[in-house]
Amino acid sequence: MEGSVAYDNDLNLKATELRLGLPGTHEEQQAVSSSTVRNNKRPNGESDARNETAPPPKAQIVGWPPIRSYRKNNSQPKKTESEGVGIYVKVSMDGAPYLRKIDLKVYSGYPELLQAVENMFKFTIGEYSEREGYKGSDYAPTYEDKDGDWMLVGDVPWEMFITSCKRLRIMKGSEARGLGCGV
Amino acid sequence: MQKKVACSFPDEVLEHVFSFIQSDKDRNAVSMVCKSWYEIERWCRRKIFIGNCYAVSPRMVIRRFPKVRSIELKGKPHFADFNLVPDGWGGYVLPWIAEMAGAYPWLEEIRLKRMVVTDECLELIAKSFKNFKVLVLFSCEGFSTDGLAAIAASCMNLRELDLRDSDVDDLGGHWLSHFPETYTSLVSLNSSCLGSDEVSLSALERLVGRCTNLRTLRLNRAVPLDKIANILGRAPQLVDFGTGTYGADLQSDVFSSLAGAFSSCKELRSLSGFWDVVPAYLPAIYPVCSRLTSLNLSYVTIQSPDLVKLLRHCPSLQRLLVLDYIEDSGLEALSSSCKDLQELRVFPSDPFGEEPNVSLTEQGLVSVCLACPKLQSVLYFCRRMSNVALVTIAQNCPNLTRFRLCIIEPRTADFLTLEPLDVGFGAIVEHCKDLRRLSLSGLLTDRVFEYIGRYAKKLEMLSVAFAGESDLGLHHVLSGCESLRKLEIRDCPFGDKALLANAAKLETMRSLWMSSCAVSFGACKLLGQKMPRLNVEVIDESGPPDSRPDSCPVDKLYIYRSVAGPRFDMPPFVWTMDEDSALQVS
Repeated sequence: MEGSVAYDNDLNLKATELRLGLPGTHEEQQAVSSSTVRNNKRPNGESDARNETAPPPKAQIVGWPPIRSYRKNNSQPKKTESEGVGIYVKVSMDGAPYLRKIDLKVYSGYPELLQAVENMFKFTIGEYSEREGYKGSDYAPTYEDKDGDWMLVGDVPWEMFITSCKRLRIMKGSEARGLGCGV
Repeated sequence: MQKKVACSFPDEVLEHVFSFIQSDKDRNAVSMVCKSWYEIERWCRRKIFIGNCYAVSPRMVIRRFPKVRSIELKGKPHFADFNLVPDGWGGYVLPWIAEMAGAYPWLEEIRLKRMVVTDECLELIAKSFKNFKVLVLFSCEGFSTDGLAAIAASCMNLRELDLRDSDVDDLGGHWLSHFPETYTSLVSLNSSCLGSDEVSLSALERLVGRCTNLRTLRLNRAVPLDKIANILGRAPQLVDFGTGTYGADLQSDVFSSLAGAFSSCKELRSLSGFWDVVPAYLPAIYPVCSRLTSLNLSYVTIQSPDLVKLLRHCPSLQRLLVLDYIEDSGLEALSSSCKDLQELRVFPSDPFGEEPNVSLTEQGLVSVCLACPKLQSVLYFCRRMSNVALVTIAQNCPNLTRFRLCIIEPRTADFLTLEPLDVGFGAIVEHCKDLRRLSLSGLLTDRVFEYIGRYAKKLEMLSVAFAGESDLGLHHVLSGCESLRKLEIRDCPFGDKALLANAAKLETMRSLWMSSCAVSFGACKLLGQKMPRLNVEVIDESGPPDSRPDSCPVDKLYIYRSVAGPRFDMPPFVWTMDEDSALQVS
């Protein structure tokens, strides 16, 4: 594990360079609610893993779940007309009167996804950097993951993102600048 | 005075009376009345069930019961189904066949479960028993279709050949042609487990055509859909039919002959098979659906709406096996269509996936339990559960006799409250007073075992995984469950104390399996030493347990009562704890 990463009970966000405030300000809130960005979403607990490949699948336990070997190969239903199972998530944008829905499987990575969302809602997202999130616009794309936490889009590897993303929300204004406090 | 009365009946009369007593339990009770009844009974017992082939030796059985015609034997522990018992563990049937070949020339029926059967065994059976009628090999292994050919060629009076779920070396379908053209006695054939792509269709069709008493026919996957009509046409009297592959490019002439063939099967009550289903062909079975009582769709990988469409045609259904593609919505529909449902098994389509691939939750099971009052037997795989759902199930289905729930992720808590599922399972054992079999899963503390010990008085078989907190859990079960016969435990923090404190209980049970628990080698030795009528076997593939300290936990432990003493056919990785508490390696 990196020496600079400290996984104390307090979220040591400074060490991992994720901020609850704007770059340059010191962190204000220690009492983070469960909906804010946490630093323990890294695969294998490493902070700089976001550019690595997806984590290895969980080791299978021998004999679990308890099914006979001849039952183990019940693959997906034959794809006839439909192209197989898509990953549809709702996309909301602060201030927009209705939601949209997109199939995450259609995109091969973050740039494509963000481009599509920008086109859908007719706005621009800023430029992403690991340090500072999205700079240069009033908007920040966030998503709710399977634990119910709101995360900044782009932090985790793409493969991990599409399997953990439940819905997308384009945050606007002060909330966006504060990177999602108090959602 | 009583003795006088008993002896005043001639033996033949008593024997005649005893012939009406079929159940093993009753027969055993009869044999305990007095010495003469013991003698008379043993000479006229025709059928034996031996739940653990190592509990008694073939010689002992033959010595006591010289005129047996039907034998049922079980070998490996149940967890062998899930690869927890290493290959070579045991369960060989050859010694039994060899002894019975000489002692029971009139043996008619052999039923085996989880045993190792070789071609040599099958050839010996074919050669030795002139009136052989029934061979059931349930989850067996070690033989090939060559052995089956020997049976087919020699057993003129064979009625039943059932290979269900066995692991057979399928060398192609030619074995079927070993049934002579004069052979017509077949009543039941289940070859659905055979895996080869080859099957001798003409031999099969001829066999089916000339065996006019055929009632059960379960084909294997190699039999194509377009052959079904022909086969069914020759056996319209079938009661139980298993298709082979049930998928092909849709052709209207194939469809109509299929539908026609099914319509003429007026006695058909049970359907299975359905590999590679193409939904468009399912309506061909609609003509028989209204009479179906049993349907096995556990290989059917079609979506819920198509499944529901089919099930709506089956109001008489009593037994359903299905994949979780049915989803909660499908189970809801099932519960309104099939009011006579007694048994439901829902298998996972993607058991190793980390995320749910289908919308099947505890709700599906709850809706069935609420609407089907006759439900007795449940096997359900899902990814979440709640105490309130389990309580609802318990209160609405007090007639449950078998309840097996598998929440796929170990130690999953109640998804609503994040609490353990102790209360939910507690409600199951409290309300379902006739519960005989229970499998637990999810997050469970010692409390659930307290409930089980207190309420589950009729429970005969309990399966536990990733549950409990201390020896108290195991103690509750062993001290409370009066009817317990089989207990299998994996990955639970149960250790020496409960086991040693309840050693006597183990002699009242058939067997106990514990793997990845906390039982020490020293405790195993002690148990083996103190309990001469228990075989205490340690299974450890990493080397002799005595190369480690006595306090080290053993990997796997299998304890069973036996009057035959330690067995002699153990592989190198099984050690028996003998009375001398010296290590015995066979």
